[in-house]
Amino acid sequence: MSSCIKKDLVIIGGGPAGMSAAVAAYDAGVRDLIILERESSLGGILKQCIHNGFGLHRFKEELTGPEYAYRYEVQVRERNIPFKTGTMVLDVSSDKIVTAMNSEDGIFTIEAKTIILAMGCRERPKGALNIAGKRPAGIFTAGTAQKFVNMNGYMPGNKVVILGSGDIGLIMARRMTLEGAKVEAVCELMPYSGGLARNIEQCLNDFGIPLMLSHTVVEIHGKDRVTGVTIAKVDENRKPIPESRKYIECDTLLLSVGLLPENELTKAAGISLDRITNGAVVDQNRQTEIEGVYACGNVLHVHDLVDFVSEEAEIAGKAAAEYINGKRGGECDVKLVTDGKVRYTVPQKISSADENVTVYFRVADVYRDIRIIVRDGENVLINKKKIKVAPGEMETVTVTPEMIRGMNGNTLSFSIENA
Amino acid sequence: MYDIAIIGAGVVGGMIARTLSKYDAKICILEKENDVAMGATRANSAIVHAGFDAKEGSFKARFNVRGSEMMEQVAKELGVKYKRNGALVVGFENERSEVEALYERGIKNGVKGLSVLNKEELHAIEPNLNKELTCALLAETSAIICPYELTIAAIGNAMDNGAELLLNFKVEGVKKDADTFRIVAADGREIEAKYIINAAGLYSDDIAALTGDCDFSVHARRGEYMLLDKECGNFTERTIFHTPSKMGKGILVSPTVDGNLLVGPTAVDIDDKSDNSTTAEGFATLREKAAENVYGVPLFKVITSFTGLRAVGSTGDFIIKSRDGVITLAGIESPGLSSAPAIAEYVEELLVKEGFSADKKTNYISTRKPAHYFRELSMDEKNEIIKKDSRYGKIVCRCESITEGEIVEAINTNPRPTDLDGVKRRTRSGMGRCQGGFCSPTIVEILAREMNAPFESITKFGGDSIINYRKTKGDN
Repeated sequence: MSSCIKKDLVIIGGGPAGMSAAVAAYDAGVRDLIILERESSLGGILKQCIHNGFGLHRFKEELTGPEYAYRYEVQVRERNIPFKTGTMVLDVSSDKIVTAMNSEDGIFTIEAKTIILAMGCRERPKGALNIAGKRPAGIFTAGTAQKFVNMNGYMPGNKVVILGSGDIGLIMARRMTLEGAKVEAVCELMPYSGGLARNIEQCLNDFGIPLMLSHTVVEIHGKDRVTGVTIAKVDENRKPIPESRKYIECDTLLLSVGLLPENELTKAAGISLDRITNGAVVDQNRQTEIEGVYACGNVLHVHDLVDFVSEEAEIAGKAAAEYINGKRGGECDVKLVTDGKVRYTVPQKISSADENVTVYFRVADVYRDIRIIVRDGENVLINKKKIKVAPGEMETVTVTPEMIRGMNGNTLSFSIENA
Repeated sequence: MYDIAIIGAGVVGGMIARTLSKYDAKICILEKENDVAMGATRANSAIVHAGFDAKEGSFKARFNVRGSEMMEQVAKELGVKYKRNGALVVGFENERSEVEALYERGIKNGVKGLSVLNKEELHAIEPNLNKELTCALLAETSAIICPYELTIAAIGNAMDNGAELLLNFKVEGVKKDADTFRIVAADGREIEAKYIINAAGLYSDDIAALTGDCDFSVHARRGEYMLLDKECGNFTERTIFHTPSKMGKGILVSPTVDGNLLVGPTAVDIDDKSDNSTTAEGFATLREKAAENVYGVPLFKVITSFTGLRAVGSTGDFIIKSRDGVITLAGIESPGLSSAPAIAEYVEELLVKEGFSADKKTNYISTRKPAHYFRELSMDEKNEIIKKDSRYGKIVCRCESITEGEIVEAINTNPRPTDLDGVKRRTRSGMGRCQGGFCSPTIVEILAREMNAPFESITKFGGDSIINYRKTKGDN
């Protein structure tokens, strides 16, 4: 490849977000585009998610992860959208120069008119947790264990304790059990699970695996391989209660303690991140603070369901197409702010009142019998009653063009209030 | 029959092996673990100290100052990263006399580049320090280096010159026959050698006892560390110490040569020489003490924490002696890393005094290809290599941008790693922010392929550190 390639659209990441964005951009008329994917095939993390439950919203069926990914891969292939696998993007500059590397082309650069960032997320590793004890083999993030079991076909453990009740941890509790391991417990530091209710039901309760809320692992034992962990109950300040310490014999500790958007390239481009989502600050088109650079999927904020990743990526794909066709800027500048009970919103700003905007958000705690209120100053625009909201389940409200046009101020405040 | 058996493949044993490998002599390095640099060398502050804080006239002072002078050249020859970033020993007003005493001692020890800074000078060059600190000793010659990178390179270089490395060789018996020693391993292997060099770190007292020397003991002092994300690597430019206590140099905050920020160590004497646990108390101490010197250390950016065990000798100084063909090196705690090249030079002298003589090799190779050469290349140079070997175009570790080519090269370079952590120490794959979450299955695959070994036989660090137990389906 020569060192001076130009593209209308470069999509970084060929997972569900990248593929969906590519298809949407193509269908909106973009032809000069390319997907750059670091792994050897398209599909992203869905490749190792062989359980079902994907696609209920999109396709009204229960698909496995690889099946869901394949539906999009077919759409990419039908359109002959070019993609390069085994290609790692090394840098994105603020003037939209993408530097990438693969075995065939070596290191090459592309001058892009628009870029869609769709790099996904990674798991929070053990190091960040400061768990006391030794550092034997047998400590894995749930996703690493998932790769060993589902992709390599090997069992990384026989007797397992899982710390954290994120969805991958719940899924792996079931998966390890089905492959013959004994899952002793899932410990969750918080008084509620961060995973989906349906996963707790189908992956833990159906298999008699105890979910120990307000519990954490305080010490890891074992010199060469894990031989056990000490767990303890935590108080309301999440401090372990010494009297509650309990030893569980096991050979494996799986961690499912959070996902972090992989925004190294976003930062390299000089795009500032939202402190809460760890993703870029975006408008309703998922445009970042650099014009023509968009972000979608788990690199923007961690989603529960891939269906919403696809939906979000379509927004970015369409917006990139419009930008390529010369459409610029918005006619308004509305900021979305939160009360803390609502932790964050995506988008964080709205710059146009053309169409309905679906605002995604998460709450900070479990709240019951509440109302989701959206205000312009004193003026209540949305008032939605909910029986229960939880941090593990993403919520949405729809902001209409009429609401935006009728605003007195330029701030929409999101809050959770008692019903 | 070997001429020289070096027991212990840490930085001391490694530097000695390299120094002696220029002779036309048969050398072996005996190591009880599955890789080199697995003891105190693996986990320490990674500082090449200037040499101002050891007592005048001690072995520590002598070898530290000399070692510090030698290190840059040694690192250059071995292709090891080395950065002279300088160190500051900071103090509050009531500690000014201690800072000045360190300066005086440094001058007596022959350390160059020392000066005492006042408050304004101090805060002008390091803006993130606690504003209540009023004085500091600046040591311009203090440097940072990666201790296991240095040791791997030194042993690799010795092996390139013919030295042999015997891993999982835990010395359990030493018998003296007429002119030679018979050294027996726990697994029954036996070798013979004319000279023994005991560089067994924490266990050097046990080895000394096997050779009939029970005059000293060595105990473990736990040092816990936190390693922070590369985002924090510029938080301070220099290594920041507080004025020292009798348990050591206190808790430092320092950039590492690989661009992370290191906070530690604690100092707790323990009985169990194998107990490299981290503790909740240790984490609390690190948090508190780091804040005394440096404002706002972003400890929430920690990517891993670990414990090193220092080999503390019963005399307070390095214990270095030779007798009847045995050279003993014990109690090589800090500044052991800094001193290692100078200790090796001295061991060469001692060995000659013990009667060792051999010609120098005519084909001795003093240099080694830098382990991380690929990442330093220009885009065009990288592309040349990728054209010849496409594996250099395939990233395996995305956090540190390590390619399959680099990993395969490391697996096939002396001393060859055979486990996941060995590959990690040589290539930095798995040392980034995801800590191997994405790349470890791929590296296990590559190791199994290159070693022609079953996937499930690949361990984390040898012994029973099993990663996978069995196949999920099919034959087991």
